[in-house]
Amino acid sequence: MRQLAAIAVFAVAAAVLPLFITSGVVLNTAIMILYTALLGLAWNILAGFGGQFSFGHAVFFGTGAYAAAVLQAKLGWNAWATLPAALLLGAAVGAFIGALSFRYGLRGSYFALVTLAFAEVFRILANNVTFTGAGVGIMVKLKSGAENFQFATKTGYLYVILVFVVAGLVLCWWLKNSRYGAWLQAVRDNEESAAALGVNVFRVKLGAIALSGALMAAGGVFYAQYFQYIDPGLAYGPGVSIEALLGPIVGGLGTLWGPVLGAVLLQLLGEGTRGLFANAPGVSLMLYGALLVLMVTFMPSGVLGVLRRRA
Amino acid sequence: MLELSILWPSILNGLTTGAVYALIALGLTLIYGVLHIINFAHGAALMMALYGVYYLQRSLGLDPYVSLAVMVPTMFAAGYLAYRYVIGVASHGRDENILLVTLGVAIVLENLALFLFKSDTRTIDTAYTFTTVPIGSAMIALPKIVAFFGAAATAGILLLIMRATDLGRAIRACAKERQGARLVGIDVEHVFAMSFGIGLACLGAAACFLLPAYYVNPMVGNGFVLIAFTIVVLGGMGSFAGALVGGLLIGVVESVGGLWLGESLGQIGIFLIFIAVLLFRPQGLFGARA
Repeated sequence: MRQLAAIAVFAVAAAVLPLFITSGVVLNTAIMILYTALLGLAWNILAGFGGQFSFGHAVFFGTGAYAAAVLQAKLGWNAWATLPAALLLGAAVGAFIGALSFRYGLRGSYFALVTLAFAEVFRILANNVTFTGAGVGIMVKLKSGAENFQFATKTGYLYVILVFVVAGLVLCWWLKNSRYGAWLQAVRDNEESAAALGVNVFRVKLGAIALSGALMAAGGVFYAQYFQYIDPGLAYGPGVSIEALLGPIVGGLGTLWGPVLGAVLLQLLGEGTRGLFANAPGVSLMLYGALLVLMVTFMPSGVLGVLRRRA
Repeated sequence: MLELSILWPSILNGLTTGAVYALIALGLTLIYGVLHIINFAHGAALMMALYGVYYLQRSLGLDPYVSLAVMVPTMFAAGYLAYRYVIGVASHGRDENILLVTLGVAIVLENLALFLFKSDTRTIDTAYTFTTVPIGSAMIALPKIVAFFGAAATAGILLLIMRATDLGRAIRACAKERQGARLVGIDVEHVFAMSFGIGLACLGAAACFLLPAYYVNPMVGNGFVLIAFTIVVLGGMGSFAGALVGGLLIGVVESVGGLWLGESLGQIGIFLIFIAVLLFRPQGLFGARA
């Protein structure tokens, strides 16, 4: 219950932010933090709670982004109507990949590689099928108005992504406190023991990848609406997969707040280094990579893990 | 239907490209298969080696094939030190950590290259870049033929090291049973670092064979990483014969697939093979059943 209260406090604190800050730059940073947190929460469900490390979460992100863009641009759907469709598609792609890989007992690095390969297959397909606009990408038509999931100010986007993140946090809270979540964490800690105790390992993992896929697809829908343009590299490229896994690992794997904390730290770090080395291409990302190495070397349980040990 | 006259050069071209893939995969299979480490920095390390060959030719006038004598020891030393002082330290014995550290190293290397060399794509000119050799009805570029035999020779040397030397025996012992190897007095950390060094030394050789017929830019490694993973998985983790056959097979699939489906979509065949092998035969063509 204390965690639920913390989620509520977090939601209110983020919601009142636009009342005090009108700077577009700051609001944009807040939106990007929440967006990164959403991707991290999605990845954390499968990896942090389920112990299945995916290197190809872009496959779900891209599916959500393309579902939103294609259904609007080609079939004339309302933007909000594409959201449930995208969530379902994300879950379906997750279930499909999960059914294949878990049925054949893939885990560890094998599972990581198969997700990576699926993301690549989807990227190449999106690059070659005219339905998705191929390599040129696809634009989301400018149709202002909240009813079209397009807002005149950043505040609207902030509220939408905040709702997504809070939904993700509540979902993770449920995973921490429910019977299903206990099964999932048992499978993570020791698959054989869990199976011996009567947990249906296959079903439990399948559920986790579907949930994770749906939440990741929500991130894709938001991306498509916020930037109004996607192409195969943006949607299915390895960048998103890496973005999704960095936050939770920096913040704290398998924890409720780890992905959010990681997103805050990574985004602030990104902003800081971009500002310092604006004229030198690559330097900011270089420091980012170096920091990643240092984090894993000296704080392998994430910032949250270190804070807990100190407390 | 395709004319046989196009198919034959396409297959030959695929074999020569595949030989270089195999060489890259050899390094990866040693690191990934034997040490159970996912080295995400493999492509970035290859990219750095390519820049090494490029600048040796540009500033010292060294022929790429002469650069072998410089690049192989340099890459070996870089790999040994990287494992000893970065990757091994950071791993804390957990595979996910190794993934993240090698990922971090890859990001650092790629952006270091972007900073130092800018994003231009560079090539080198040698007297033999455009020399071709007729094989049957096909004309194949000379550097590709050199690469083919160079890859075979490198694989032979590696196999010899693994089979006939104490180091090779120690590497195999550590791969099979880390704890046991430590108990009989093998310095496991040293052996791991040696394997990592040898894996990168393969990249040094690959870069020397690759550059005369290829190009280099800061992102060039990315294309090779997943292909090399595919080959390692297809051939069987840690199997050198598997990496060679897998590399050639993937080279041909890419080349012939590109003929049918076009350059871009042709690559999809590689990933479909990858997924199919992972699902139905994760031990690979030459791997022992786990």
